[in-house]
Amino acid sequence: MWFGRVVKSVLGCTIAICAHAAVLSSDLLVTTGEAGHYGGSLVVLERAEPKTLNPVTALDAPSRDVIRRTTADLISINRRTLQTEPGLAKSWTTSSDGREYLLELRRGLRFSDGQPLTADDVIFTFQAYLDESVHSPQRDLLIIGGKPVSVEKLDETHVRFRLPRPYAAAERIFDSLAILPRHLLERPWREGKLGEAWGLNTPPAEIAGLGPFRLKDYRPGERMILERNPYYWKADQKGNRLPYLDQIEFRFVPSEDAQVARFIAGDADILNRVGARNFELLRTDAHTQEDQLEDVGPGLEYNFLFFNLGPVDAKRFPEIAARQAWFHEARFRQAVSAVVDRDSIVRLVYGGRATPLWGHVTPGNRPWLNAALPKPARSVEHARELLRQAGFHWDPDGTLLDSNSKPVQFSIVVSSSSPERAQIATIIQDDLKQLGIQTQVVSLEFRALLDRVLNSRQYEACILGLVSGDADPNPEMNVWLSSGGSHLWNPSQNQPMTPWEAEIDRLMRQQMTTLDHAQRKQLYDRVQQIASENLPLICLASPNILVAGRKNLGNFQPAVVDHYTLWNVEQLYWRHAPQARPAQGGVQ
Amino acid sequence: MKHWSVSRRLRISGLICLHVAVLAAGFLGPYDPTEQNRALSLQPPMKIHFADDRGRLHARPLVTAADGRRYPLRFFVAGARYRCLGLTSRTHLFGIDPPFRVFLLGSDEFGRDQLSRALWGGQISLATGWLAALLALGLGLGLGTIAGFFGGWRDMIVMRGADLFLALPWLYLLLAVRAFLPLSLSPWTAALAIAVVIGIIAWARPARLVRGVVLSAKERDYVYAARGFGASSWRLISRHCLPETYGLMATQAALLVPQFILAEVTLSFVGLGVGDPAVSWGNLLSPIRQLSIIASAWWMLLPALVVVFAAWCFSLLDNQGERNGVVR
Repeated sequence: MWFGRVVKSVLGCTIAICAHAAVLSSDLLVTTGEAGHYGGSLVVLERAEPKTLNPVTALDAPSRDVIRRTTADLISINRRTLQTEPGLAKSWTTSSDGREYLLELRRGLRFSDGQPLTADDVIFTFQAYLDESVHSPQRDLLIIGGKPVSVEKLDETHVRFRLPRPYAAAERIFDSLAILPRHLLERPWREGKLGEAWGLNTPPAEIAGLGPFRLKDYRPGERMILERNPYYWKADQKGNRLPYLDQIEFRFVPSEDAQVARFIAGDADILNRVGARNFELLRTDAHTQEDQLEDVGPGLEYNFLFFNLGPVDAKRFPEIAARQAWFHEARFRQAVSAVVDRDSIVRLVYGGRATPLWGHVTPGNRPWLNAALPKPARSVEHARELLRQAGFHWDPDGTLLDSNSKPVQFSIVVSSSSPERAQIATIIQDDLKQLGIQTQVVSLEFRALLDRVLNSRQYEACILGLVSGDADPNPEMNVWLSSGGSHLWNPSQNQPMTPWEAEIDRLMRQQMTTLDHAQRKQLYDRVQQIASENLPLICLASPNILVAGRKNLGNFQPAVVDHYTLWNVEQLYWRHAPQARPAQGGVQ
Repeated sequence: MKHWSVSRRLRISGLICLHVAVLAAGFLGPYDPTEQNRALSLQPPMKIHFADDRGRLHARPLVTAADGRRYPLRFFVAGARYRCLGLTSRTHLFGIDPPFRVFLLGSDEFGRDQLSRALWGGQISLATGWLAALLALGLGLGLGTIAGFFGGWRDMIVMRGADLFLALPWLYLLLAVRAFLPLSLSPWTAALAIAVVIGIIAWARPARLVRGVVLSAKERDYVYAARGFGASSWRLISRHCLPETYGLMATQAALLVPQFILAEVTLSFVGLGVGDPAVSWGNLLSPIRQLSIIASAWWMLLPALVVVFAAWCFSLLDNQGERNGVVR
């Protein structure tokens, strides 16, 4: 009896020592959050089911949300500080011309199936992303000035990246580029089937990553369960290997309202993003008012009104083409901006939980905000003066007429899936009435709206919002370059149509290759200034990031950049075992 | 009329009152339905009292304004200009002294008076319902009579066409049509377009029923007799067959008008019907798509009661038809 007990305790000690030795022998990253304890499951709601688990081809938000938990990148952007920090790469150095990056990988790391991570995996990963036949959305990030980034293995733990030309903040492109297991994906890649690999039908054993969790089970239409990755490469200050949670359960609930109802009913532990009204509802509901309801402040989303400034087929759409003469007049756009009541938008649409905007960089993006941009107060008088200068006048009824005495009226399209933007449109419509401008608000299904804006150009004005994926200006290139596909007011131009667009093109290209941060900031400040003077986008408001997590959830530190709540999922833990809440009515 | 039950009398008077109220929206509603009062967003309905702040009783009703004090309700007050049946006026049935505002059914997110909006909203919703129903009935009557009376290949074409239209998912078709309409349509034109589309799609059901009635009517002895005397097809149809369909038409109208009102409400509710600043019962209800509005501003649901009331009143004619043994 005692012999068995001794053997057991010796064995136990040996295993514990071995595990500790393994922790010591590998280069674990030690996190700074409070030390928690193991166990428990977290229920997270997604708007839709993921379409794939393949990091190379995933496009939709739910797939990316899941994949971010199952994979890891070389260098990460800390969602809280917006600065880069080491990931799988323990450290990196940059050459003085900014074109070479030498990365040192952590030693002794393993994929979630137990296979070791080597420099060959990194080389394979970049080969796969850069392969044109794979059609990876991340490929564009790795093409700089028309040429791909090259990768070279120096030894088992060192890789060198060469950029075709200097690229500012190039280390940020490594964020979200998941490192792939060569032992599992090289064959499909060689067979030209990498795009189809790791679909939802793939058995969990054939999927491996370096993220805190790995796939355990997927039931279509119901849920996806991820379990703890025992080989994860981060540890807490006490030396415990992360993550703390045993599993994450993703459930699929299509609308925000239904998600909020689930949270109130106790069926979910985290709400990644809620609107201001629902946030107030959670704050006042007896079941949720003690939970962690956090207003993280303005995020990177900016909502704006813009006019169709692109070439329009005058034969097919004569009315739109005729009205564009007003829209091209900068003073007309300035007058519209002057009359819009941004404070009312913030108060009535976002319940005060938003910030009025006069430029496209939000206060949430502190490192890049041009604080010197003017923030003129609303003034109907100033707007009338601007219109008068631009040759407009008013008839005795107060209707605004252009220089040909045609009444000024136009339509504004909004997405029918966004109640907030529809409300903004109603406010702007009423504000414009004060200038004698009649507007029709037309809500369209979101895809029909995008088709009109980007392809058929059959619209006059539109209210939209954009969310930057990163604080850095580089991901915004597509919006601000006149050749960009998201240059919404006049996309994909061959030549910049106006001098100020040419100037923005020049500044944006220059900031992309400037390595000095202060100099880049100066260039981007100038872009913001030109944009706020010419107003291709009349910026309106940036809603605050509002999130909810259970009271009992430790290390819950929501950020202003997506994923707002799960970015540090490996550190989340239950302070004490969550109590099962008895089923109750709630709002369903 | 003398054997009508109390409930039916109630319903028909309700229907008349509803239509009169909607027509006189400008007079009965205290404010312009599009006028925003951004400081008075989401105000609950105001209570009517007959005692003032000090407890003294008054014959004139008082309401509790936004500042928490009671103010007398005034009648026949001057306010926003409106047009009613071609006349322009500024007189409203009631109101309170500015700067305070009276919201008997509360106010919406932009501080617009819900009562005025519910009354004005009826104009587009009822007009859409009636217009679409008349169009569907007119088309149904014409095509159904042709099919039933003449038979043969005409019957074949019309009835196969009817099968096709009955199988159309009309809501999706309407969504598609709405997406193709020009953006600069005024809200009234948009409502008209919706009514026309609904009317054109919905002709099939009345056409089938009319065909059946005409088919049996043309076999009657007196029709054969008239034919023997040399009556033309037109005379046979207009004198002998069509009168048989009148009861059916009334029943169908009673069914179709509320159905089409609801179609407009559905479209505007999902944001694809009549847009701001025009107001219809559908876009009046669209804020309650949001959970937070239902949870915190119950009075935003009140316009739904108006729609329910309208549909209930319309069912009168339908019941009447059923009692007379008319095919539904």
